Amino acid sequence: MRPFAYARASDARDAVERFGPGAMYLGGGTNLVDLMRLGVAEPDSLVDVTRLPHDAIDGDGDGDGLRIGSAVRNSDLAAHPVVRERYPILARAVLDGASGQVRNMATVGGNLLQRTRCPYFQDVSKACNKRRPASGCPAIEGDHSNLAVLGHSEQCVATHPSDMAVALAALDARVQVTGPDGDRTVPIPGLHRLPGDDPSRDTVLRPGELITGVDLPPPPAGTSKYRKVRERASFAFALVSIAAVLDVADGVVRGCRLALGGVAHAPWRAEIAEAALRGVRADAEEFARAAEAELSRARPLPRNAYKVPLARNLIVRTLEELVP
Amino acid sequence: MAEITLQVNGAKHSLSADTRTSLLDLLREHLGLTGTKKGCDHGQCGACTVLIDGRRANACLALAVAHDGAEITTVEGLADGGEPHPLQAAFMEFDAFQCGYCTPGQLCSAAGMLSERGPSAITDDLTADPALTPEEIRERMSGNLCRCGAYVNIVAAIEAVGR
Repeated sequence: MRPFAYARASDARDAVERFGPGAMYLGGGTNLVDLMRLGVAEPDSLVDVTRLPHDAIDGDGDGDGLRIGSAVRNSDLAAHPVVRERYPILARAVLDGASGQVRNMATVGGNLLQRTRCPYFQDVSKACNKRRPASGCPAIEGDHSNLAVLGHSEQCVATHPSDMAVALAALDARVQVTGPDGDRTVPIPGLHRLPGDDPSRDTVLRPGELITGVDLPPPPAGTSKYRKVRERASFAFALVSIAAVLDVADGVVRGCRLALGGVAHAPWRAEIAEAALRGVRADAEEFARAAEAELSRARPLPRNAYKVPLARNLIVRTLEELVP
Repeated sequence: MAEITLQVNGAKHSLSADTRTSLLDLLREHLGLTGTKKGCDHGQCGACTVLIDGRRANACLALAVAHDGAEITTVEGLADGGEPHPLQAAFMEFDAFQCGYCTPGQLCSAAGMLSERGPSAITDDLTADPALTPEEIRERMSGNLCRCGAYVNIVAAIEAVGR
């Protein structure tokens, strides 16, 4: 690991002021420390933001919804009574991610900003356009079995690994950001970029910008479910995951939110499927039609084509289970 | 270099260490507490699990400097005086190990897990605090791998203490 300077920030303004060239913010460290050990991340300095006063969850889910501080630990988010009762897909998604130890360490802000687990990104002996721009993407010809089928580019086929972000995408979360140029709000989806011709940038955040919190509007009407398909029963990243909210009245879909994980460089809000479902009969045939409309945009690679029928079936099955 | 003060198993230690030092290396190399094991060094196996301010964490992913002022409990600090911790006694009673390399991490992880509240990924009712069934233990302990495959007895030992 390359030597680095360490500073602990007392509040968000202090953190932004301490953020110089070559700096990175340090949350729980569960991804960043590993990337530093692998030589993938080589910061000159770390600004520790785990002790910022953004460590509370406020609100009851009504009115202003819920405000989640960026330094809240993943385990505390999943165990919070309002999250469990009013935003169950968020609690479920967090509990489906990582291990008990990692959830105790990882922060909400860090979870959103974790990097892809693409094997080439994490191996400094390999080319990778995300890690070293214009060096190439060996994943396209190599092991892309758990990489993207939607929204990828010639430059990068990485996936975003977070479960939590998938639930937040379905809940229309808004990320509070502060930085050298002041405060702003960034919606999810919208925080994470598609790779395009600049895969080095995972998100729209600018240098020095810091996530201070995540705001949730009151929970959407209907029933909801988070489901994750993975290669082992626990402590594994998603092959495909889904956060679904379905509101049905008299057998007809009144509203629907669908977000997919494990399929793209960002949590994938399935807007085409959502639009196709509005006002139609809540049955398997319509669910399949909507899923297929969404996935008609998929461009699978030879070794991850399985994700397309997997995502289709996951959408259909999950929505069927949500019909009252 | 950074000045770091930690309360480890009840004893205060102040030392100077490189900012790159993980909590795991600090415990093992600087304080000579070699009970905590280095397995994968990537947070994937759980052999390095310790309690940081009472919560289980992977010491390999923790930069020591970031935990300045924390209270750390390692496997050496689980026992109260001369008596083994109930989990240590149960691991012996149920033969919950073979080679023993993952055992310190299993013990610290189980100790942390038993004090955690709330549902797990497999809990049906998210609003309930579920009973600690073998299935719940398996899910909650999924961050600790055992290459000898002593899982059956590890689960039985934890269940006996959690009951």
